[in-house]
Parts: sequence; structure tokens; C-alpha cells
Amino acid sequence: MVAAAAGTAALLQLTGIVKQFPGCLANDRVDLAIQAGEVHALLGENGAGKSTLVKIIYGVLRPDQGEIRWRGEPVHIASPAFARRLGIGMVFQHFSLFEALTVAENIALGINDPAERRDLKKRIVEVSQSYGLPLDPDRAVHDLSVGERQRIEIVRCLLQNPQLLIMDEPTSVLTPQEVERLFETLRRLSQEGRAILYISHKLEEIRALCERATIMRLGRVVAECDPRQETARHLAELMIGNELRAPAHRAAKAAGKGARLTVRGLSLRSDQQFGTDLKDISFSVAGGEILGIGGVAGNGQTELTAALSGETLAERADSIQIDGKLVGLLGPGARRVSGATFVPEERNGHGAVPAMTLAENAFLGAFRRLRLVHTGLIAAGQAAAFAGKVIQSFDVRTTGPAAEARSLSGGNLQKFIVGREILQAPGVLVISQPTWGVDAGAAAAIYQALLDLADAGTAVLIISQDLDEIFSICDRIAVIYQGRLSEARPVRSVTVEEIGLLMGGAHPETGREPSHAHPA
Amino acid sequence: MHIRLEPRGRRSTAWAYGSPLLALVLTLGTAGVIFALLGKDPFLSLYTFFVSPLASATGRPELLVKAAPLVLIAVGLSLGFRANVWNIGAEGQYTVGAICGGGVGLALYGDGNPLTLPAMIVAGLLGGMAWAAIPAFLRTRFNANEILTSLMLTYVAQQLLIYLVTGPWRDPEGYGFPQSRLFDEYSTSPVLIPGTRLHLGVLVSLIVVGLGWLVLAKSLIGFQLKVVGQAPRAARYAGFSERRLVWFSLLLGGALAGLAGLFEVAGPVGQLTPSISPGYGFTAIIVAFLGRLHPVGVLFGGLLLALTYLGGEKAQIDLGMPNAVTGIFQGILLFYLLACDLLILYRVRVGQRAPAAKAA
Repeated sequence: MVAAAAGTAALLQLTGIVKQFPGCLANDRVDLAIQAGEVHALLGENGAGKSTLVKIIYGVLRPDQGEIRWRGEPVHIASPAFARRLGIGMVFQHFSLFEALTVAENIALGINDPAERRDLKKRIVEVSQSYGLPLDPDRAVHDLSVGERQRIEIVRCLLQNPQLLIMDEPTSVLTPQEVERLFETLRRLSQEGRAILYISHKLEEIRALCERATIMRLGRVVAECDPRQETARHLAELMIGNELRAPAHRAAKAAGKGARLTVRGLSLRSDQQFGTDLKDISFSVAGGEILGIGGVAGNGQTELTAALSGETLAERADSIQIDGKLVGLLGPGARRVSGATFVPEERNGHGAVPAMTLAENAFLGAFRRLRLVHTGLIAAGQAAAFAGKVIQSFDVRTTGPAAEARSLSGGNLQKFIVGREILQAPGVLVISQPTWGVDAGAAAAIYQALLDLADAGTAVLIISQDLDEIFSICDRIAVIYQGRLSEARPVRSVTVEEIGLLMGGAHPETGREPSHAHPA
Repeated sequence: MHIRLEPRGRRSTAWAYGSPLLALVLTLGTAGVIFALLGKDPFLSLYTFFVSPLASATGRPELLVKAAPLVLIAVGLSLGFRANVWNIGAEGQYTVGAICGGGVGLALYGDGNPLTLPAMIVAGLLGGMAWAAIPAFLRTRFNANEILTSLMLTYVAQQLLIYLVTGPWRDPEGYGFPQSRLFDEYSTSPVLIPGTRLHLGVLVSLIVVGLGWLVLAKSLIGFQLKVVGQAPRAARYAGFSERRLVWFSLLLGGALAGLAGLFEVAGPVGQLTPSISPGYGFTAIIVAFLGRLHPVGVLFGGLLLALTYLGGEKAQIDLGMPNAVTGIFQGILLFYLLACDLLILYRVRVGQRAPAAKAA
């Protein structure tokens, strides 16, 4: 394209890449050109084919058709090891680190050459300092924050001196401050002439960081543009393919009927080795209100969700109240009967049983409130009818109640689970990561359903790592950090900056940051 | 040439049912080879083993007599295995059921009380249940592995039986043989069809198959067992208590094993002896897996394994083979079944070279 016309070959050029999976054309004649030194965004919804394309570039998958050129030479990238030899490095969304080992030991695991291993610590310090990625090679990984763990993965890549660095959704687990620091590093890398392929669906980030963007939809490249010249709204429309539906924004409402969910002085020791203890958590959610709990993953969200749903019992009955009933010592069944429903963070194996049908999964979450058991036997007809109602009301794309849960895409299964919990008309809904891994269309539908539910008088608690989500639909926000919950404040009166500081464990009033965020 | 296994990504329903059939075919082939190595005509031997027991009019009801305890035990085990509760000690629960039920029969010996048999049935059921309650308690209280505890209790039960029939319960007119007296007519289960040995237990095992299906397919408790086995976190999320399900699985398995033991001594055996079981409790584990942990499948699996017992006896009589041949068959069948079950989740690819390995 531009570079080819100028006579210099692109660093990486993909032409006509096709990859077919059973029942799904993941990549359909995809073209992509990445120039040395550019930060190139690969933008698309879940299922658009981004991951498949990246796996082809990194040698994990092989294309059915198409050509890959590296610095103008045709190559067959047969394995990730071959990709690394070419100069392609990748930082995965999910880290592969051993918690009990130190930073240096983790990095050494990927290196075979003993000579290289010998002065590894020195090189880690060099690389991490020169790119603004502070890391102590002797720290054990389980002591590190998620942002620091990501630095290990980046440093591990940089030690191999890559010419192309692939970053897969790198900011989904970071605080706003950590994102800013990551961007500085990436800009420095690009100034040195290294190319970065940045995969994301966060539009503002892409506009702030990238010079080129390739937008994919349903396996095809639908547009290529300079994201700095486009509005976020236009990028979103390109990505989704139709007019973006923003959730109907709520008028500020006076908190309705008083608290429906009250948590008072909830403290719980985690039974997991690297779990987080909950410390003196107190908050309440009124009917008609949406409270958002933000925070970086691993700060007690999992433990808090389990304590609210009754999967872990509290130590005192009065720690948790649902509509005035003391439920701290009651299990999940009794809490549902008391009026609460729950959407857990993990869909497969927690919110739903993958190998069971949608009718069975509807029964799983709804049989108590909808009384689907008669003298010990399952009212299968009623369960299937309820599943059908969920499928219809929430536009779940599936063949019907007899389809197995695992046959649904992530977004559709999420809509099904959210629908199942909402259609039971709960007094309290606790929902964890409502739109994690869900495409924008499904996310908009879920937001609208949550807003409608709150308008109908339900107290809604959202536990989420996505600040945009909390800011767009919640009335109040609190932040969980190392098992403690900050005071809930109206969304309108706080800034993203303040929340970001709370997420990093600092108090916005003093601006003090905890010592571990800035190792010397 | 290069053979490799490739994940299917989902369970193959066709192979879930095809695997037992393929395992059976492979077992027959291997058995033929073993017969040939023993110097017997493989085809005649296979005929003797698998067909001749069914060729006679007395053989066919006998198949049901042998299948009844296997099916009774295996239905109980299947429900527990669904919930990942691995009760390996059904043999012990069977023995204790026989001891308790048989003990009632001996205590009421000669009373002529028509309630003797019902009392024996209840005692057998409770005995098996009580024996299974021990691993249930150890698992839920101390998190002790039920595979080990239930298995070890089998040998305790066996020693208890030997002690009783050589000591306090020995037949006073039995010339010192280690066995109890024969049960009287009020403590023997009635024969359903005259001229056969079809006893009440055969009927009960068929009813249990129906009830087992009802529990597994239609009831809340069956649903809970399936969920806790497939997705323990989803079970906790739905408020299903794992403790309760462990207790339920073990008590049910124990009760049915105990019942099987009682019917065996009150029916075909007719007294307590040290050898009241040709390993029914262990063979039932094969039956459960062969039957795909489904009560109706268990019925077919029970009939097949019952045939190996009859065939083994035939082979001893007609061909002069050792008794061990039955155990060998059962072992080979389980071996092939577990191997073939791999095909449910994987497909075999034969080709030149594997493509690039997955991400490191």
C-alpha cells in the first residue's frame, strides 16, 4: 500500500488470509500491513476474527490460504518459536506466570541458552529501567500487582529484541494510571522503530495511542483508518456495523424505598492461598438504585461476590440483610427465596453448566423462586417455557431451550444468564462483570435491562473492572482495594482520576500512593 | 506414519454409545487369542463362554439371577459416580447387608413369623447403609478420600462375616463347616416362576432400574447429583449442598448393595457362608461404567457381566478352564472400555507430521 508504493516493503504484510473452522469462517481474505515503528490497532468485537489472525501471525495457527511476508520475504510461520526468531513477540491477555517463583525465575523458564541465563538479572534490570517498566527480579510473583505482572510479560518479550510486539487487550486489568504508564512505554518502543500491533475494543485508548487502525467484523477487514482522525462513535459504528444504541440515561432519582441490600461490618478470611480477606465491608443499596463496585481484579471481588450470594457464609447473621431479613448465615437457596438473584463473573461452570441444556440451566438458577419442583420432581415443561421466555425477551441467539449452554457464544450465554436472573423479578440483583467478553450489541442490551430493572424498584449491585461501564450506568460508585471498600459516592461527583487513585490504593484527598506501586 | 490424538472440543454422543460396543468386540477378539494360546479352539471356546449359557432353558433365567445383584448395586453406584462420589466399597456394603439381613433370619429361625422376610429386607438395607455411612462421615467430616475408606472397609466386612460363620453363627448341625444353618421357608425369598431360581430380588432390581431412571432424569436430587459432578461451582451457586449429596450418594449406594446382599443369601445361596459373593460389588463398578452411568444402560451392562459369570462356569465344566477366566474377561472388558472412552473426547488422526504445536 503506501509503503509498497514508496518502494520499501512493510515489516509484516498479510495478503488474503483465510482460516476456516468447522462451522465458522474466522478469517475471510484478510489483508493487513504493518510498517516498522507504527502502533497499529486491530479493532473488532468479540468473534470478529482478531484472535485467529493474531494466532496466525504468532505461528499458533496456520492459515488455509493467503501469504505472509516479513520484510518483503514470503515466510511460513510454523510455530511460536519460529515467530520469535523472526522478531515477533506477543504479550497475552492472560499471563502465564508461576506465582511461587520470582520474576527472574519466571523469565528464565523461557530461555534455553545457559550463557543468556547467567546475566539475566542484570539484563532484566537494564531493559526494565530503559523502558520505564520498574521490576525487581527477586520479587516473588504472587506479591505483585496485575500491572507489575504484565510488565514481566513485556520484559520477557523485550529481552528477545522483537521488531513487532503484539499486545492482546493489555489494559483490561490495569488502573488508569497504569494504562498511562504502559502507553509511555509503548510510545518509546515505537520511537525506536519497533512496530506494535495493539488489539483492543477500547476506542478511546486506540485514539490516544495508535496511528493506524484495521477494523474487523465477522472475519473480514471492513475499514482501515487513522483513528486519531475519527470520532470514537464512528469507530464503534464501523466495528459494530449498525447505529450504536447508547443506554437510555437515567435521570437522577432520589433513592427510593430505602435500603433493600445492606452489608454491615462484613469481614471474612479467605480460604484460598492467594485469596484476599474481606475487611469490615459496609454499604447499602436502595430500591431503584444501581451501585457499582470498581477495583482491579484480585482485590476481593471474588470473595465479596461469594459472600453476597451465600456460597461463602458470613460469620454473623446481621452482616448481610436482604429486604430487612438477616441472611448472613443462610445459603444461596434461602437468599434467593428472600428476594436476591445473582449473576456470577464466570459463565461456564459457575453461572451455567456447559453440557446441560438451556432449559436445565434455567431451572438451575430459577427453580426456587419460580417453584419449579413439585414433590421432588422437576417441572420440566415449566422450566423449558421459562427458558423460552428468557431466550425471547433477551434476544438470545440459539436454536431453543433444548440447546446445550456450551453451544452458545459468550455474549449470548451471558444474555441468557442475566435474563434468567432478571426475569425472576428479584428485589436485589448482584451482578459481577456484566459484560465481560460480551460484544457491544449484547452489552447495550444488558445495560438497558439493568436500568429497566432498577427503574422497577430493584436494588442493583454491579461489581466490575470496567470503569466506563460503572460511570455510564451506576448511580453511586465504591472501590474495593485489598479487601476494603471505599465509601460509596455519587458517580456525578467523582472523577475517573479519583477512582483510579482509589483503585491503586491511594486516598484521593492526600494523593499518597502505596509504596509498591512505585518501586525505586 | 504418525498417529496422534486430536481433541474433539466436545463430547461425541455417537462414541459415548459406540465405545462399549467397540470395547466388547475388542474383548471378544482378545479372549479368542487367549483361548488359542491356552491351546483351545477359540471359536468353540467363545461359543461355550458366551452362547451356550443362553442356549438352555435353565440358563436364561439364571442370567437374570446373576444380573440382579449386579444391577441393584450398579444403579446405586451410577447415581453416586455422577456426583463424583467414588464408592468402591459396594462389596463390603453387600456383605454387611447380607450379615444384618441374614442375622435377622437366623434370630427368627423356626418362629414361623410371616414378617421375617420383610424384616430381613429392612435389616439388609439398613446394614448396607450403615456400612456406607462410615466413609460418608469420614469424607464430610475429615475430607478423607472415600475411595480408600470404602475399599478398606470391604475387607473389614469380609473378616466380620468369616468370624460370624466360624464362630457364633455356625450351623450347630453343620459338622463344623464355616457356614450358618439354612434359612427356613419364612426367611427365604419366594421363587417367582416355579422351576427357576428367579427370586424376589430379580423383580426388585427391575423396579430399582425404573426408580433410578426417575430419580436421575426427573427429580431434583438427580439434577443436583449431575450438576455437582459436572460443575461443582455451579452447584454451590445454586445452593446445592455437596455434603448432603455425598451422604445421599453413599447411603443410597450402600442401601442398594445391602439389599443385593440380603437377596442373594435369602435366595440362591440360602445361608451365610464366607463365599456369598463372586465379587458382585466390584463387578458392579464395571457394570455402572459399561451402562454409561444410566440405570437403563446398567440393566444391559448387568446382563452382559452376568453372562461372563455363567460363561466362566461353563468354561470350567466343559473346557476345564480355571475359574480365573471370568475375572480376566471382566478386567479386559473394563480395560478396553476405559481406552475406548478416549474416543468420546478425542479423535485419532493418522498422517505424516503434526502441524505446529499449540502456543507454548
